[in-house]
Amino acid sequence: MADAKTNTEDYLQMYRQMVRIRTFEDNANQLYLDAKMPGLTHMYSGEEAVAVGICEALKVTDKITSTHRGHGHCVAKGAAFKEMFCELLGKEEGYCRGKGGSMHIADQSNGNLGANAIVGGSMGIATGSALRAKMQGSDDVTVCFFGDGATAQGLMYEVMNMAALWKLPVIYACENNGYSEYTKTDEIAAGEITARAEAFGIEAHKVDGQDVLAVNALTTELVQRARNGEGPFFIELDTYRYHGHHVGDINRTYYRTKDEEAEWKAKRDPIKLFGDWLTGEGIASEDELAALGEEVRSEAAEAVAYALEAPYPDGSEVDMHVFLETT
Amino acid sequence: MRSITLSQAVNEAIAEEMRRDETVFLIGEDVAEAGTPFKVTSGLVEEFGTDRVIDTPIAEPGFMGLAVGAAMTGARPIVDLMFGDFLFLVMDQLCNQAAKTHYMSGGKLNVPLVLRTNLGATRRSAAQHSQSLHALVAHIPGLKVAMPSSAYEAKGLMKTAIRDDNPVVIFEDKLMYQDKAEVPEEEFLIPFGEAKVLREGRDVTLIGTSSMRQVCEAAATMLEADGVSAEVIDPRTIAPLDEATILQSVKKTTRAIVVDEGHQNFGTTAEIAARISEKAFYHLDAPVIRMGAMDVPIPFSPALEDLTVPTPEQVAENARRIVAGELIHAL
Repeated sequence: MADAKTNTEDYLQMYRQMVRIRTFEDNANQLYLDAKMPGLTHMYSGEEAVAVGICEALKVTDKITSTHRGHGHCVAKGAAFKEMFCELLGKEEGYCRGKGGSMHIADQSNGNLGANAIVGGSMGIATGSALRAKMQGSDDVTVCFFGDGATAQGLMYEVMNMAALWKLPVIYACENNGYSEYTKTDEIAAGEITARAEAFGIEAHKVDGQDVLAVNALTTELVQRARNGEGPFFIELDTYRYHGHHVGDINRTYYRTKDEEAEWKAKRDPIKLFGDWLTGEGIASEDELAALGEEVRSEAAEAVAYALEAPYPDGSEVDMHVFLETT
Repeated sequence: MRSITLSQAVNEAIAEEMRRDETVFLIGEDVAEAGTPFKVTSGLVEEFGTDRVIDTPIAEPGFMGLAVGAAMTGARPIVDLMFGDFLFLVMDQLCNQAAKTHYMSGGKLNVPLVLRTNLGATRRSAAQHSQSLHALVAHIPGLKVAMPSSAYEAKGLMKTAIRDDNPVVIFEDKLMYQDKAEVPEEEFLIPFGEAKVLREGRDVTLIGTSSMRQVCEAAATMLEADGVSAEVIDPRTIAPLDEATILQSVKKTTRAIVVDEGHQNFGTTAEIAARISEKAFYHLDAPVIRMGAMDVPIPFSPALEDLTVPTPEQVAENARRIVAGELIHAL
């Protein structure tokens, strides 16, 4: 096995990133409920171990493509709260100068090629990024995040075929949260999801997406192998989203029970599970973890306050960036 | 000056740019050894190898998506889409992804790719291999659209497209691949957004895109015999569109006919006609006439297909009537 996380600093970094995602989402949800955020957004809460376990196995120059449920990927790949909240509120200082919003945050300085509001829409982009890395002779790996719903899109099979034929350094990370928008995944996915990748000769793995250490250990190994030209790989991560499909999806008992939600939160919360492990192993005390949580909450509060006061882009920006002007 | 075919011109442009810039690569179905069904890319794989001339499975959305991702991360892909009709297969990757990435990222990312494809009916290929769909693409902000009307334009516009930092779609007329034109040996580029006045005239402006340029030129020759002086303009790119050259001409001639092989409804002819009507209305002595392809799926039978595309005779006839001041609703 390649170098999985083994020291206190790395463990606490993973824990902090998971708490940062949860805290970011709690604040984003509140901004929506308070009618302070334009539009809508899709919460990543509950899936933190997936984004963090994977992104902590990557270098800054490794690329990811993200989804409409993308705040977690963005934070995990290294984005800052201030620019993220500014983007969610459509402010000039946002990562995309307010032009993308929640569903299109891109942070190319950290290798995040962007969230995508077309389900499955980034699979070509991720595979093309891997093709570019291979053509350039760089050892960068691209991780393509997508949900179980996106496995119904034809594009996925076209690009996995090419990735397998050409041995591209791409890892397809299927976040299976059990629901394709408002429909149980069982009702939209025939057969095994991993079998679809295996049909192309792509090595596929299933992992508990609530166990950050398991996710990180597997990804670390696969990333290393992808760098060595053994890619592509496919990972199905079993996980759960705490909120609805989007923030406005409040009354959802017609597709899943409150008991089911309560059970996941009580028994399989990724932050709680990892926190218990950290304290159990004596790596951190409960007080230390609580203090870390407080620190993150005040970081978020500060960023939210900043973003709320930050200026909107000037109207003159509306027709900027349609084209990159070549000089 | 030497004359080469449109096919050779495209091939030269791609080869020159691939020599100049190692980030340029070609990807599509049967682009390598087969050189595409039209043999436009023959010889490139021998020079540049299969790493840069990449044959793909028959998966248009897939390889279009790959090209977008490669372009976002620093490459300059040329995507070969075998028939323009297959645009419908790549619309999400082209219009939702490539066209919007620069804008949605607030200018941080860009997608320097070229999608080369074709248009044109009368090849007896029926409704799914004969469409001219450039208006669909020109409708989308963030895409540039070039329509070469000869080997000369095909070379100069292709080189410009490859160097452009934005997604560009080039439509070659598939019936013109063997048509020759004078093309200089030395390097040249044709800037986007610069129309070409091919023939000066006093009485009517004929604006023709792609092969409709030749239709307009032929019509102008016929009109000359009747004492009608027609000016002929080739926009060369429709996005961006050189409005100034068109308006300047129409203000002089006071009449305009726009000819294009896309369907007439909601098409390129409508857009250009509307701009003339808005911006040169008080200079006009006749309504601006649109002549697009008939609004029917392109039929197979030669007896039917030939009826769907504007001809020099029809263009000349319309020109004679508006120059003579005939009532517009008679047209």
